[in-house]
Amino acid sequence: MAVRPEAFGALLYHFGTRRLSFLKDPLLLTVVQGLADHPTARSACESAGVGAGAMPAYERALRTLAGSAMIRLRDGGS
Amino acid sequence: MTALPVAAATTTTTLPLTAQFARGLSAPICLTWELTYACNLSCVHCLSSSGRRDSRELSTAECMAVIDELERMGVFYVNVGGGEPTVRPDFAELVDYAVAHRVGVKFSTNGIKISPAMASRLAGSDYVDVQISLDGATEEINDAVRGAGSYRTAVAAMSNLAGAGFRGFKLSVVVTRQNVGQLDAFAALARRYGAQLRLTRLRPAGRGASVWAQLHPTAAQQRVLYDWLVAHGQHQPGGTTPRNPPQDVLTGDSFFHLAGYGEKLPGLNLCGAGRVVCLIDPVGDVYACPFAIHESFLAGNVRDDGGFARVWRDSELFASLRQPQSGGACTSCSAYDACQGGCMAAKFFTGLPLDGPDPECVRGHGEAALALAAAGDVVPPRPSPDHSRRRERGPVPVTIGRRRPPDRACDEDPLAGFTVGAG
Repeated sequence: MAVRPEAFGALLYHFGTRRLSFLKDPLLLTVVQGLADHPTARSACESAGVGAGAMPAYERALRTLAGSAMIRLRDGGS
Repeated sequence: MTALPVAAATTTTTLPLTAQFARGLSAPICLTWELTYACNLSCVHCLSSSGRRDSRELSTAECMAVIDELERMGVFYVNVGGGEPTVRPDFAELVDYAVAHRVGVKFSTNGIKISPAMASRLAGSDYVDVQISLDGATEEINDAVRGAGSYRTAVAAMSNLAGAGFRGFKLSVVVTRQNVGQLDAFAALARRYGAQLRLTRLRPAGRGASVWAQLHPTAAQQRVLYDWLVAHGQHQPGGTTPRNPPQDVLTGDSFFHLAGYGEKLPGLNLCGAGRVVCLIDPVGDVYACPFAIHESFLAGNVRDDGGFARVWRDSELFASLRQPQSGGACTSCSAYDACQGGCMAAKFFTGLPLDGPDPECVRGHGEAALALAAAGDVVPPRPSPDHSRRRERGPVPVTIGRRRPPDRACDEDPLAGFTVGAG
């Protein structure tokens, strides 16, 4: 998977599925880039500065990305 | 342009994504790179008027320098074409170089070099995708457009790819008046070889300009095509999501002018020329889109100071394309939001104003505009440059009305006298 930051957020491309996705929000890019360094998606969101009220929207966005295999569960993780 | 299965992971709503794209990106999403004008075939509708190699073609080292630049710019993949790209002696070397630099390669080929050994080599990499071009589901219909033997060559290539375990390569079809009745047969052919069908629009570019009037689908056929695309999973309001999986049939966003029929087809539904798309031709010239090889859409050359990146970012042509565009005569049409006035190149090469309707406007405004242009003796711009082989029985003098006769007798088209039923 490759990420290219753009003014509106970022473009994501998955070489295996040959799918292109868009992150329409720079903050979501920060969250996605931080996923690997955090134990949970929630802590990645909190660390990026996502407020409690916005959390459901970010959860939905991450589910969408997981559904298209752009991100995936860490082996053995939850 | 190529398919954009859109999965927009969104949390906020600012400008619509397409409006962001219309302003241009830091690098193209879909970059087409024609590696050579040399081709073993002489398809009557060739977008790039290919045939003869151009002696100014980029060298291997220059191509590698372009790949280095694409890597720096974050271009995910290039759509490689030609001419026939695989006839370049350094083709495999360039593919390997691109892959090593994490620039994916999707290449279009007529299949001439896709031997079992080549197929095995290609099947090994996630970074490589192959599009086999075929414009008839039967030998008769295909070979009338692409040349004798081309059907068998393409089918042999698909067989070799399937035999090598290459799943999901593309069977790429330009939809014409003659083959639009074969859509189900194309889908069956793709399935037989484990390929995915990709349908694209016939553009009046290159040699295609001289046969467009005879080959482009009729208004009734366009409706059939739209309905077929909708029925085959192309119709996905809201874009592709896990519940709304990738379409069975790809279109490369090429039929957005059909959005005027009703709901949009998947994709950006926007003319990406100079905004998210561009073309690098074999001599390094950069054009706004693969269907606009003409000096009016020439933005620069990769050999210029600053290379491709500078052309993409700083060319005056691209800057003007990234400005808000006028809908012109189309603004008052209720379909304008959907179709955006259609394809710039299709308008240009049929002699229509760029801010008017597409020649294949589904509301019929294109036909009216074409008639008006013809009545006013509008001579459509001549595609340039032309690398057609001089000895071939080349572009046909199209007898209808406003087309100019060929400049030279040798430009005559092999499609002369060609009539095939739509079945």
